[in-house]
Amino acid sequence: MTDEKAGIRKDAAAAAKPGDTGTVGQTATEAAHEAGGQNLGTQHPVEVVDVRKGMFGVTGSGDTSGYGGMISVIALPGPSARPYGGWFDEVVDVLTEVLDESGTGFTNAIEQVVIDREEITLYVHREHVVEVAQALRDDQDLRFELSLGVSGVHYPHDTGRELHAVYHVVSVTHSRRLRFEVAVPDQDPHIPSTVQVYPANDWHERETYDFFGIVFDGHPALARIEMPDDWPGHPQRKDYPLGGIPVEYKGATVPPPDQRRSYR
Amino acid sequence: MTTQTPRSTARVVDGDTEGIPSFEASGGDWSDIAEEAARLGEERIVVNMGPQHPSTHGVLRLMLEIDGETVTEARAGIGYLHTGIEKNMEFRTWTQGVTFCTRMDYVAPLFQEAAYCLAVEKLLGITDDVPERATVIRVLLMELNRITSHLVCLATGGNELGATTIMTVGFTAREEILKIFELITGLRMNHAFIRPGGVAQDIPPGAIDTIRESLVVVRKFFKQLEDLMMANPILHLRLKGVGYLGLSGCMALGMTGPVLRSAGLPYDVRKANPYCGYETYDFDVPTADTADSWGRLVLRVEECYQSMKIVEQTLDRLQKMGPGPVMVADKKVAWPAQMAIGADGMGNSLDHIREIMGTSMEALIHHFKLVTEGFRVPAGQVFQTVEHPRGELGVHLVSDGGTRPYRAHFRDPSFNNLQATSIMCEGAQVADVVVAVASLDPVLGGVDR
Repeated sequence: MTDEKAGIRKDAAAAAKPGDTGTVGQTATEAAHEAGGQNLGTQHPVEVVDVRKGMFGVTGSGDTSGYGGMISVIALPGPSARPYGGWFDEVVDVLTEVLDESGTGFTNAIEQVVIDREEITLYVHREHVVEVAQALRDDQDLRFELSLGVSGVHYPHDTGRELHAVYHVVSVTHSRRLRFEVAVPDQDPHIPSTVQVYPANDWHERETYDFFGIVFDGHPALARIEMPDDWPGHPQRKDYPLGGIPVEYKGATVPPPDQRRSYR
Repeated sequence: MTTQTPRSTARVVDGDTEGIPSFEASGGDWSDIAEEAARLGEERIVVNMGPQHPSTHGVLRLMLEIDGETVTEARAGIGYLHTGIEKNMEFRTWTQGVTFCTRMDYVAPLFQEAAYCLAVEKLLGITDDVPERATVIRVLLMELNRITSHLVCLATGGNELGATTIMTVGFTAREEILKIFELITGLRMNHAFIRPGGVAQDIPPGAIDTIRESLVVVRKFFKQLEDLMMANPILHLRLKGVGYLGLSGCMALGMTGPVLRSAGLPYDVRKANPYCGYETYDFDVPTADTADSWGRLVLRVEECYQSMKIVEQTLDRLQKMGPGPVMVADKKVAWPAQMAIGADGMGNSLDHIREIMGTSMEALIHHFKLVTEGFRVPAGQVFQTVEHPRGELGVHLVSDGGTRPYRAHFRDPSFNNLQATSIMCEGAQVADVVVAVASLDPVLGGVDR
């Protein structure tokens, strides 16, 4: 698969000449679809979250490797088409029924359904996350009664959807695992808290707030949990430095891990 | 968003607490403090237990509001051992990540390694390509690790109640298994032995017999532990009915592992969502119906016996299958360096060094590329859980198609389970707090990561 990937990267780089910004967007999308195809079969749509240039993380001068003009498109698996396979269809059907009955409507609440690597992810619009969680927990055909917490992911280049909160739930009754994800813009990082549905998410939401700055509205006590109370910034964001100092060893200096030349 | 520079903590000045009488108790005579509290006419006493209290299993801080000997409010404060392991993993290759995550819950390091590697393999789509022998070795190590972890829980739990003998017996038994770990992985903890694609190396010759002999010794120690604990009236009085958390409370708070099973639900990831071929092993999931600290203690002992049962099955299988590969055949993923035990301990295999330095230029290039650059993992996200001694350990990995994890998040069971401190301790006596927290068995390295 490394060969395939390298091939795609080369294609993208060859099609869009370095510095020729006019063609980058178009090629990026094409390359993205190709890149997505390698994970999930040929016609699977993808979601582009970033477009990067170069290979070694070197900016400005210094990159004489010849890889400076390379363009790599970072694309995650996009929405899946039915049939999803296995119990995924059943769960989505039941959820559609529940949400349509309540008047919210499935399409209003759920952005997209992604099936990847035999795991299902529901992308939920933030205003309906509590309702979806409640339905997932309470409906007898869904019964995702155990929450395994919340995790955050930061996609700084996915404009308008920079911050993601990812919720993992388990149905002990039906022996199923499901993930739902909420994306919010960095400018307005608010998500309604799910603590009233899953009390277990109390500390997990605090952790996600602490590390990513996602504000969970309605949380009983949204304070920092790992970092000190007066800590500035949210350390797991991509624009937050790792920290560290250069280390000198036998006359040579080794830069801290986040400033080293690295393969992208 | 601008780039922030971290700085150290300053003292927090909270405007809301101005005017409220407060007194800081930092050592001194308790009667003086109580007298002063009585003089000030303030009944409410907040005791900070920890973060350096020996009974808090590390650096856990418990804030207890007490009325006499009764705890009226209990809160857990964590974060004293936060080392940013998840953030660090974003700056290392997928293989190097193992070295980091093994240090999270240092009492059960092999579970983080296994869960992380299973997640990476799922992202790579090579789950079915991992050699059978590697999977069996993983199960062997995990189950041995479950026994050591439960032994630490039982030993320290006993020690906290003043039963030093339980502690010494428990740790001596653990030592037996740590010797096995040292024999197989070269290290007693923080092994970094399970790698994406398999394990670092095969078990050394004679290891199967050594483990069988050790298990006999471990069983003897368990007999001693049971003699010390099971009919011990002091333990019964201190543990029964203490730290109660029923099934509905467990489900609401996301409790898993022995705490959930002590409430009667036989939920075990090894059975519910098998990984590493657990569905092919013969073992039971013990439960209790008391939902208290005593039930959890008995459960942990029983789980150790079940683990020994699985260990014996893995030994039989290893013996039967004979030597074979322990790493995926795909050379684009398999770690090229080979380890070997020399006169001075474990190190790079001299045969491998001879090959790359002396005979094959291509092998050297391959080694160099894979060790410095690492392998690429197709973009996407996965969530992989395993049954950790303390509950369900979840690994959420996100890949951007690069050579390093884009995001690695560990749902540590201790972190989640500590949320139950309040509900288990409030209304009980201060001495029961120690028992209740011990029955949760938190390891702060995992909690804070």
